[in-house]
Amino acid sequence: MSVKLLYFAWVREKTGRGEETVELPGDVRTVSDLIGWLKARGPEYEAAFDKADIIRTAVDQTHVNHDTSIAEAREIAFFPPVTGG
Amino acid sequence: MIRVQNEDFDIGAEIEKVRAGRTDIGAIVSFTGTVRDTAKGAPISEMTLEHYPGMTEKELERIDKKANSRWPLQASLVIHRYGPMKPGENIVLVVTASAHRQAAFEAAEFLMDYLKTNAPFWKKEEGPRGGDWVDARESDDEATKRWQKPAKAAE
Repeated sequence: MSVKLLYFAWVREKTGRGEETVELPGDVRTVSDLIGWLKARGPEYEAAFDKADIIRTAVDQTHVNHDTSIAEAREIAFFPPVTGG
Repeated sequence: MIRVQNEDFDIGAEIEKVRAGRTDIGAIVSFTGTVRDTAKGAPISEMTLEHYPGMTEKELERIDKKANSRWPLQASLVIHRYGPMKPGENIVLVVTASAHRQAAFEAAEFLMDYLKTNAPFWKKEEGPRGGDWVDARESDDEATKRWQKPAKAAE
């Protein structure tokens, strides 16, 4: 499955990229699975997702929890808790 | 109505546009968020707002719709800026208009509380020791949660 990944704020700085398109293996089914898969890709991902529980996720531009399925996802974004306003 | 933009806004002109040609409005509330010149006791020279183009607009639309379904508003406006800003500059404007003040006050607060916890914006402050991402505040989460309690007199 091909999916677009986006990174914002310090997640972007730590991974060293704002976006990328990846081919996901079939056993990556949830946001949690994806975070685990990303962490195994290199030290920059491991650093970015070190505190995985504080990273927020949006699937196709809607906030989701880490146990959400990504089966139909086209765009998945990872970012710190938001600080606008 | 919502707007996400890099450029500054004129608070007075925006409020005038909301009320232009209308006589059914009895109360207009506005909130403006601005860049502070200090953070944790250290001076700030600049702040940069990063956002998630596309989702930002969607999320603000969602929040605006929620406010309009919850209170009888004649009009509502949310403008949020992104990009680099200097201390004293405007960041965000919320304007709510209603027949009576209570709905306008509450809806403005609701919009700001939800925006703070849901709209995908991130602040980075430039200080003497370089750039620092602003941490989210637990008190902001608590502020949003209070609107999720069972309906009260407000509705």
